[in-house]
Amino acid sequence: MGDRPLSIFQVSGRAMSAQLVRMNTTASNLANAGTVASSQGAAYRTMKPVFRTHFDEVSGMSTVDVESVVTAGAEPTKRYDPGNPMADKDGNVWESNVDETRELVDMMETARSYQNNVEVMQTAKQLIIDTLKLGR
Amino acid sequence: MANEGLFGVHGTALAVRSQRMGMLASNIANASTPGYKARDIDFDAALQSAQRNGGNIDSAIDDATLYRVPLQPSQDGNTVELTTEQTAFAENAVAYQTTLAFLNGRIGTITRALKGE
Repeated sequence: MGDRPLSIFQVSGRAMSAQLVRMNTTASNLANAGTVASSQGAAYRTMKPVFRTHFDEVSGMSTVDVESVVTAGAEPTKRYDPGNPMADKDGNVWESNVDETRELVDMMETARSYQNNVEVMQTAKQLIIDTLKLGR
Repeated sequence: MANEGLFGVHGTALAVRSQRMGMLASNIANASTPGYKARDIDFDAALQSAQRNGGNIDSAIDDATLYRVPLQPSQDGNTVELTTEQTAFAENAVAYQTTLAFLNGRIGTITRALKGE
């Protein structure tokens, strides 16, 4: 990011990007809820972003970055289903273990956070415009 | 008060309000970062200390920056409470606009005096 100090737009903008990554992982998790695979390794696991504060010494402000996206949550469950075309030689399939309630709650929180940051950006923009019009 | 010049206390006030806006924006940006500690500027303290030491705003703000004490601590160590931050941000934005209005009034006065209207 170089040595230039953060602006308030970067603070909110990067937070919005981080929340968008979180929203995307939630979408993937919900889309893959209840999908089956023929081995434990190939089964879908819940994805979660890891947020990390980025502190800017020069401006004293801090924003947030997505450090990584990790798999979390419960292991896929083995289910005996010999009629399933995905079943292995023993007749088992592995079903992804996505907690749909948690994902929906997460989605709502993400949306609220995103909206908050948009609001901050709009207010900051308006105040800067008003400051530029000073004396006119 | 002697070295405050044309705009009196309002120039310093605007700078502190601007810094506080950035800090509150940082808090809102980090609303879901585990372990983040929310901070805020004590406006009165910052303004007084800036006036005392002759308008050095940066050190005044550093001295008046404090960590927020959460009403209800959360499990992940994050001390941002969105209701608190949103209220503070709105209050700060209104106060910023008030300061702008004061500055505009002063500029208008001087302009009229210069034009001799």
